[in-house]
Amino acid sequence: MAGLNLNQEAINRKKIKRIIIFGIICILGFIMLIPFLWMISTSLKIPTEVFSMPPQWIPWPPQWINYVSAWAPKGLPETFNTYLKNTLIITFFNTLGAIVSSSFVAFGFARLKFKGRDFMFILLLGTMMIPVQVTMIPQFILFRSLGWIDTFLPLIVPNFFAISAFNVFLLRQFFMTLPPELDEAALIDGCNYFDIYWRIIMPLSWPVVATIAVFSFVYNWNDFLNPLIYLNSSSNFTLALGLQTFTTVYGSSYHLMMAASMLMLLPIIVVFFIGQKYFIEGIATTGLKG
Amino acid sequence: MKSSQLESVWGYVFIFPWILGMLFFTAGPIIASVFLSFCEWDLITPIKWVGLQNYIKLFMDDPRFWKSLYNTLFYTAMSVPLQLVAGITIAVLMNQQVRLIKVFRTIFYLPSVTAGVASSIIWMWLFNPDVGLINYFLAIFGIHGPLWLASEFWAKPVYVIMSLWGVGGGMLVYLAGLQGIPAALYEAASIDGANSFQKFIHVTLPMLSPIIFFNLVILVIQSFQIFTQAYVMSGGSGAPADSTLFYVVYLYQMGFRFHQMGYASALAWILFLITLGATLLLFRFSGWVHYEGNVKEK
Repeated sequence: MAGLNLNQEAINRKKIKRIIIFGIICILGFIMLIPFLWMISTSLKIPTEVFSMPPQWIPWPPQWINYVSAWAPKGLPETFNTYLKNTLIITFFNTLGAIVSSSFVAFGFARLKFKGRDFMFILLLGTMMIPVQVTMIPQFILFRSLGWIDTFLPLIVPNFFAISAFNVFLLRQFFMTLPPELDEAALIDGCNYFDIYWRIIMPLSWPVVATIAVFSFVYNWNDFLNPLIYLNSSSNFTLALGLQTFTTVYGSSYHLMMAASMLMLLPIIVVFFIGQKYFIEGIATTGLKG
Repeated sequence: MKSSQLESVWGYVFIFPWILGMLFFTAGPIIASVFLSFCEWDLITPIKWVGLQNYIKLFMDDPRFWKSLYNTLFYTAMSVPLQLVAGITIAVLMNQQVRLIKVFRTIFYLPSVTAGVASSIIWMWLFNPDVGLINYFLAIFGIHGPLWLASEFWAKPVYVIMSLWGVGGGMLVYLAGLQGIPAALYEAASIDGANSFQKFIHVTLPMLSPIIFFNLVILVIQSFQIFTQAYVMSGGSGAPADSTLFYVVYLYQMGFRFHQMGYASALAWILFLITLGATLLLFRFSGWVHYEGNVKEK
């Protein structure tokens, strides 16, 4: 009987431990959410409520009109229509370019034998070591001499040349896990290597392709440095640039700044929830197997 | 044509886009950047060879270079250890079998995908000295909160705190590592009478150490390149009194505001050498990293 009691005690202690851990997780999780909640709350207030102390968490009535005002601000030459359109164009082409070119190159590295392949692959990995700041200035000079400043071309074109070593690396690692018999069988059936790439390997690789699509979308949506360097006229601004300009004009109208920030974050949050499976798998496969 | 020759030709066809990209967007710019760092060029007047002058000026006669380097090292030294500890702690919590754990993983990861201009604006608002949420919270405990971004002393800690909000990316990598630790090790430790804390020190940390090391290197490199937050929150100036003039912000100012292409290139190479040096140093002192299956000599 004593043994049974001891067991019961151990189970109780485990239960208490679990409840404490759950409590800690809840508190930390809430702290992580505070900035988002405070953004949403502020974005729905009238100016006097914004500065009221103590802070009011649930504004009543909610000022949805703030979103309309932030979308078409009177103090800026452009509306968010322009920024959104520009961001969508750049993000779409960059994601497409990253997927097509990285997978094409990765197929060569993963499934074909040719002289110098391993050396060139090491070279590719080596380029990950060079900080973007080193290549940034000559690239700017190059694109300037082509007359591409204040166009989307400097932001888009490099992505069609497998510029991201990380993407090539990730896809190559995945392609290597697929059985080589697939290629052999296809060659006997009269396929060429392009058919193998496009009709056999790519359809089998959609989870990794989706990972790259999600990463690329998020990266380009948030990117600030490159648009800042290359885009000058406000009609070409992306959301990141537009939002930054917005803060310089509406620096004290926090309700409008929060509404504008919310507008920029919402698509990212939506894509994140759709693609979260790929985020987690993508990191698990690349981060660890070095 | 023999089939192996055909395969070779196709191989080059497939990697051709990368070769072009490598030449035009990586290798070419690297060579050009080395050359430029020995020149003076404002994009308008003809380019002029000045030898080592840019580098000499950097080290001998540029207080803003030293200031930006100090700011960046300060930020790195503060934020990297805190991010490591926070990332591991949260990953251990996220590895527990409790209710809603998937929802919590999502919550902790979310801020790292929203990083950028919008997040910076949210934090500017939270750190507002008069009516910000953070100083309100401090006031509850009778603490009169500092001026934060308007204070020379407290501006850099704002970025450190922001970096902790974004530990979700590192957390996920640790979590994947934690899930790869064989349960048998914990069982053996239990049989030997180890408690939870001892198990963490003697099983979890050594088994996780290769991943901790990987994250450490990545974090250091990323911290040296802090830019967007600092640019947005100081309007690109590094104010107040250059206290948030981080290295890349200074590089950006030199290159794209003052159009000193040669000087900015020299700055970029110094940044590369510093990150390379830091990485090598980390490898040099990586004796604490435990590689399974790699038996050390006694």
